[in-house]
Amino acid sequence: MTRPTPETLANRATPATVAAAAGASAVAPISPVPVTGAGSLVRSLEALGVEVAFGIPGGAILPAYDPLYDSKVRHILVRHEQGAGHAATGYAQATGKVGVCIATSGPGATNLVTPIADAYMDSVPIVAITGQVARPAIGTDAFQEADIQGITLPITKHNFLIQSAEEIPQVIAEAFHLAATGRPGPVLVDIPKDVLQAQTTFAWPPTLELPGYRPTLHPHGKQIREAARLIAAAKRPVLYVGGGVLKAGATDGLRKLAEVTGIPVVTTLMALGAFPDSHPQHLGMPGMHGTVPAVYALQKADLLVTLGARFDDRVTGKLDSFAPDAKVVHADIDPAEIGKNRHADVPIVGDARHVIDELIAAVSGTATGAAAYEPWWAQLNDLRQRYPLGYDEPTDGTLAPQYVIERIGELVGPDAVYVAGVGQHQMWASQFIKYEKPGTWLNSGGAGTMGYAVPAAMGAKVGLPDTPVWGIDGDGCFQMTNQELATCALEGIPVKIAVINNGNLGMVRQWQTLFYEGRYSNTELGTHKHRIPDFVKLAEALGCVGLRCESKADVDATIKAAMEINDRPVVIDFTVGKDAMVWPMVAAGTSNDEIMFARDVRPTFDEDDL
Amino acid sequence: MTTMNKHTLSVLVENKPGVLARVSGLFSRRSFNIDSLAVGETENPDVSRITIVVNADSSPLEQVTKQLNKLVNVLKIVELDPQQSVQRELLLVKVRADRAVRGQVLETVELFRAKVIDVAPDTLTIEATGNPDKLDALLRDLEPFGIKEMVQSGLVAIGRGSRSITTGPALRAA
Repeated sequence: MTRPTPETLANRATPATVAAAAGASAVAPISPVPVTGAGSLVRSLEALGVEVAFGIPGGAILPAYDPLYDSKVRHILVRHEQGAGHAATGYAQATGKVGVCIATSGPGATNLVTPIADAYMDSVPIVAITGQVARPAIGTDAFQEADIQGITLPITKHNFLIQSAEEIPQVIAEAFHLAATGRPGPVLVDIPKDVLQAQTTFAWPPTLELPGYRPTLHPHGKQIREAARLIAAAKRPVLYVGGGVLKAGATDGLRKLAEVTGIPVVTTLMALGAFPDSHPQHLGMPGMHGTVPAVYALQKADLLVTLGARFDDRVTGKLDSFAPDAKVVHADIDPAEIGKNRHADVPIVGDARHVIDELIAAVSGTATGAAAYEPWWAQLNDLRQRYPLGYDEPTDGTLAPQYVIERIGELVGPDAVYVAGVGQHQMWASQFIKYEKPGTWLNSGGAGTMGYAVPAAMGAKVGLPDTPVWGIDGDGCFQMTNQELATCALEGIPVKIAVINNGNLGMVRQWQTLFYEGRYSNTELGTHKHRIPDFVKLAEALGCVGLRCESKADVDATIKAAMEINDRPVVIDFTVGKDAMVWPMVAAGTSNDEIMFARDVRPTFDEDDL
Repeated sequence: MTTMNKHTLSVLVENKPGVLARVSGLFSRRSFNIDSLAVGETENPDVSRITIVVNADSSPLEQVTKQLNKLVNVLKIVELDPQQSVQRELLLVKVRADRAVRGQVLETVELFRAKVIDVAPDTLTIEATGNPDKLDALLRDLEPFGIKEMVQSGLVAIGRGSRSITTGPALRAA
């Protein structure tokens, strides 16, 4: 234990902030009561306001499942630990609360590795609780032993191996605090079986001892003034908005900032919904499959006002040719993101909400609205007109996947939550569904985890039971994690899963078409040719309703039929053509200047205007 | 000793199991090479001090420092300027020293204010502390006699003057 100094005391989180992080109101203090370590764990989760945990029991974690049996924490028994992890992530992304997953030692814990890495890349607050072999057995290659603390060191914000039952309430509270505050992220708590079985006392609230953890929330006034000065001087500015704006709950402020300044907005894959797609200042998503106006705006900008984004390679393309003329204002809660990939002329460390509020105050004297950037807007509007998002109808009579996704968005509407897997269907879902509100688009952005959609949709639906939750999945992704539909069916979690079934690993196939002379090595899945598996029968076997749609004429009716079913999960096999491709596209490793609007179609930019 | 891009970082960390693994793992993960590393308790037994010498340009160094600062168990990081700090390594070296050359070896030991800590009929074991320059020079002078074995500690360093980094405001807050 670190001896408290005035400095550490000043930085201590209060129990109220921890409870708030868990999404609950602070509970009344609890005087010491005798419990087992397992009891202490479950009481701690209850005190933190945890509503739900996703998990699977096993030998080492077994003691924890006994007090969980009659706890008010709802435990959802998943079919694979990966499902538990992604469900916790979906729950956290949909609700803003900390998601919780539980697994046993060894393979149970290692099955959580993918969702933990996924949550780390996308900064999602989850707490993973794993059983560990008893303390005397640690390090002996005991049955179901794995050094999960060591394994998850590089993919967690922090992790703990609890050494004694007395530590449990404090460590659990610290784990939730770390997961939810600052730049959110996954935290793992590994608990040996004998610690869970030991007798201890439980009292609440514990004191957090995190002397080395002090996230900076409030930006430096001088940097804000400097940013405002650059904004006032810019001729071609862009608000480059990332997922940090959603996590900070700063979307109202963002809208105000955009409208006060009249600056064009682009939202990254992680930020869809942070700014209404219908807003006239929204140019769409930048990056590899971004819109031509959004990509062009970043390339030609003289100022990037970067808010909670991290210059990911999928956004910048070839880094040294990215936004060559732009000065950069970079605001992020994580100082390590600033200057990591792109030099920041004005670095701002702070929570996006505070940054945006202070920027609004700083620019309100000078901002003149969109009129200030009239030539800039004229160029961008011209591009918007010439290069809108769109797709060609397939000439072979097959169903266009883009049409299916577009219609789901139209019929289900902007209040639903859409959860995508990874690949072509994910990109089309980002392009052809209109996101108007924060928290309505969940996906695996940084890690690109195939199999994310079904369990994440399950988690989102548990968190938002009254909101329609639609998974948009591929036939490849769906086969990785569809076992969680059994969980959904049994636990009363009526998600809708639209399988955009093109019979192939579509995105890989697209690259094979474009870069490997159409040599389709190992991308044919057989879900068309052999109908293996038959997704309708599979859905029914898993306790869901299975629907199939193979023609454009049936799309609306099928979606509406699915919308009518709310007592069970619904899986729709949308059998679509295999040759549709995602456009626009910036090929990997090339400059954003090389964006292709469609195959063999380079947009023309009127260079004379610049 | 330190070339233009060698940097000495003093990292104050919570004295807890696994912290060294977190720190060293971060360096390898972010593709940084550690030239030397030394770790030990400070005047406060709850705080350990890791002295790391890295070879890096200033911009990657800033990135690795920021990443280090994100480790929850890291309390503070200070880069020590070689001019403004005292930097020492410990060297133990076993040198061939039979009767014919023993006098010359002892002369070298004297010259570098080193110490003989073990004697055998044909070898002397010598202990020396100093900055890396001095130890390099000592080794150069001992080399002709024949070095049988040597072991060197990582560098430890402390700032000159009365100020202490263990009481100042944390770097992380900046």
